[in-house]
Amino acid sequence: MALSTQLHVVTGKGGTGKTTVAAALAMSLAGKGKKVLLCEVEGRQGIAQLFDVPPLPYEERKIAVGRGGGEVFALAIDPEAALLEYLSMYYRLGRAGKALDRFGIIDFATTIAPGVRDVLLTGKVYEAARRRDDNGFTYDAVIMDAPPTGRITRFLNVNSEVAGLAKVGPIRRQADSIMQMMRSPETHVHLVTVLEEMPVQETIDGIAELQSARLPVGQVILNLVRPSLLAVGTREALEAGSLGPAKVAKSLAKASLDGAAASALIAGGSAHLERQRLQAGQREILEDCGRPLVELPLLSDGIDLGALFDLAERLGGPE
Amino acid sequence: MTGKAQTSPPSRKGRSSPRGGQSGPAAGPLDIDHLLGDRTTEIIVCCGSGGVGKTTTAAALALRAAEQGRKVCVLTIDPARRLAQAMGLTELDNTPRPVKDIGAEGGSLDAMMLDMKRTFDEVVEAHATPEKAQQILANPFYVALSSSFAGTQEYMAMEKLGQLHAQAGQIVQDSDLKGTAGAPTAKAWDLIVVDTPPSRSALDFLDAPDRLSSMLDGRFIKLLLAPAKGPARLLSAGFGIVTSALNKILGAQVLTDMQTFVAAFDTLFGGFRQRAESTYALLQAEGTAFIVVAAPEPAAMREASYFVERLAGEGMPLAGLVINRVHENGADGITASDAESATRKLGDGTATDQITADLLTIHAERMRVAAREARLKRRFSAAHSGVATVSVAALAGDVHDLDGLRQIGGLLAGEA
Repeated sequence: MALSTQLHVVTGKGGTGKTTVAAALAMSLAGKGKKVLLCEVEGRQGIAQLFDVPPLPYEERKIAVGRGGGEVFALAIDPEAALLEYLSMYYRLGRAGKALDRFGIIDFATTIAPGVRDVLLTGKVYEAARRRDDNGFTYDAVIMDAPPTGRITRFLNVNSEVAGLAKVGPIRRQADSIMQMMRSPETHVHLVTVLEEMPVQETIDGIAELQSARLPVGQVILNLVRPSLLAVGTREALEAGSLGPAKVAKSLAKASLDGAAASALIAGGSAHLERQRLQAGQREILEDCGRPLVELPLLSDGIDLGALFDLAERLGGPE
Repeated sequence: MTGKAQTSPPSRKGRSSPRGGQSGPAAGPLDIDHLLGDRTTEIIVCCGSGGVGKTTTAAALALRAAEQGRKVCVLTIDPARRLAQAMGLTELDNTPRPVKDIGAEGGSLDAMMLDMKRTFDEVVEAHATPEKAQQILANPFYVALSSSFAGTQEYMAMEKLGQLHAQAGQIVQDSDLKGTAGAPTAKAWDLIVVDTPPSRSALDFLDAPDRLSSMLDGRFIKLLLAPAKGPARLLSAGFGIVTSALNKILGAQVLTDMQTFVAAFDTLFGGFRQRAESTYALLQAEGTAFIVVAAPEPAAMREASYFVERLAGEGMPLAGLVINRVHENGADGITASDAESATRKLGDGTATDQITADLLTIHAERMRVAAREARLKRRFSAAHSGVATVSVAALAGDVHDLDGLRQIGGLLAGEA
C-alpha cells in the first residue's frame, strides 16, 4: 500500500514557465474532481500572482475549484515557520524551542546553515503528502513548484546528504523516510522546458542526474511552443525564396494595405520559419529522451486564470 | 586595474557616466559603448533572474570591450555548452584562459567558468596550514558545504571576483615597478565582467558576504566554538538546554562533526569575513557597474524591478537595464487588426494572396506580442524612470559562437 499520496514535482530551467505548468497541472487534476495541494518553496509568491489572490501565508488555503467538486489548495512553504512547526510537532520543544530561537539557531538553520532550508522544505511536502484524514490521504495529489532543473536533484536528494552526515538519530530516520517517498512510484518529477538549445540540454542532463539519483522522472513538458502559422504553400514559397516583394505588395493592395510593408512581412515569415525549424530540431532531440512528451502552446496574450484553464485542458493530467 | 582605487578615495563627482540612478530625471537609452569605453569602469556585474540571458549578455559585453581595446576577463557561471566551447572554455581549471585571436588595439579577452568546489578548496589551502587544510577538506560538513549546498555558488562567485580583481591589480603594479607596463606578456585586466549564479532569488549573491559575516558572528557558531575554546563561564544557562535539544534532534555525532568542522575552520573565519567585506565594498565602488538583465516577461520584469530597488538600497552603482529577446514591430504601418481583417479578405484569393494572408497572420501575432512587451516596459520605466534601458531584439536562433556574441554586442550598443 502506498505510504503517501501522488506527489508531482515540477521543475524546469528559469524562464520556462514551471510555475504556470504546476498551476495548470493542479487545475487539470481539480477538473477531474481531485483535491490538490499546490506548494511553492522559493518565496516568490508566484502562485498568488498567477491566481490573482493576495500573497499566500504559511497555511493551506483554497484558491480555486474545478469541475466535479475538485479543489486546489495552495501553500507557500516558509522554512522558518516549517522549522518551528516541525520542532513542536515532533519534539514538543516548548522551552527548548524558545531557547533555540534565542540563540539564533532558528535563524542560523533557515538562512545560513547550508542545506537545512532544503531539508525543511522537502520535509513539509513529505508531511503534506502523507497526511491522512478519515477517508484516506487528505489530498489526492500534492504538486510542488520546485527549484530549477540545475538544482532539482540536489534539492530532492538533500535528505540523502543529511543521511550521510547524521548516521543515527531522529533526523536520520526522517531523512531516510523522505528519501524513500521521493523514490517511490507515487513521486513523479516533471521537467518543463522550452524548445531552445540550452533548456533542452539542461533537461536531458537533468533527466540523467535524476535517474542516477534513483528519482522517478515523469513527463517532459514542452512549454511555450510556437504554433506553426504557415500553410504548406507559404512554407514552400519561403523555403524556395521565390516570394518577391512585388507580388506580395500586389496582394496587400487588394486588401487596401500599404505595399511598402511587403519586404518586412516576408522577413517576418522567414524568421517564423527559422524558429519553427529550430523548434522542430529541439523536439527531435527530446523525442529520444525516453520520457513522454507533452506540448503546451505559447499563448500570445500572456497567462491569466482563463489561460490556466486552457492549459489545464491541454495537459489532460498524467495518469 | 590601475590600483588607484586603493590609493585615492573614491569620488562620486565629475563623472559624466551613463550610470543612471534609481530616481531623478527620465534616463535615455543605456549607452553600452560609453560604459565599456570609460576606462574607470573596472567591473561589470550582470544580474537578473534565471533564463533571461545573463551569461550571453556578459560574454557579449566582454567580447565587445576586448575588441574596443580593453583587457577583459569574463567570469561565467554556467554557459551553454557550445558557447563555452566557442570561448575556448574546454579546460575546467578554474583559471582565466585567453580566448584566441580576440582583441584589437591592445585589447584581449580571457574567459573562465566558475568551479565552486575548487574555488572553496583553494581558499582553504591558501589560508590554512597543510595539516589543517587536510583536516578541513576531509570533514563531512565541509564536503557537503563546498560541493552540494545551495548558497555556496554565490559565496564562491564573489570570492572569485575578489581574487580576479586582486590578481589584476597585483600584476599591473608589479609590471609598473619594473617599468614594463603594457608588455605583451603581462596578464593584466582592466575590466572584469561577471555573470551571476542562477539563484532561487537573483539577489542571493548580494547577500553572500553579509550572510557569511552573520554566520561567523552568529551566537550559534560561538556556542559551537565555546567548548573548544575553553572556559565554561562563556556558556550561559541556556547552553545545556540547547545542546541537549540539538543532540535529541540531530544525534550527538552530528554535533561533534559540526564542532570539529567549526573549530578547524575557526582560523580561516577572520580571513573569509575580511575578504567577503572587501568584495562587498568593491561592488559598491566607483569602478563597478551593475547591469540588470531581464526578458520581457512579467516574472522576469518583476525580478528586475526588485533588483533595481535592492541595488539602490545597498548603494550599488547601477548602469542600467538590458531587456533581452524583445519582439519589435516588423512591418510598420499595419496594425494587428488591419492585418487580421486583410487576412480574411485574402484567404480565398490567389496563391500569392493566401501566402500574404499567412504572412499577415504572423505579423498580427508579432504585433500582439510586441504590444504586450511594450506594456511591460512602460510599467517598468514608470516605476523606475531614472534607469537607462536598452532592448535587444529576439534573434531567430540561439547564440553559440563568437559571431553571434558580436551580433548581440552590436544590438546592446544600439546598432541596428
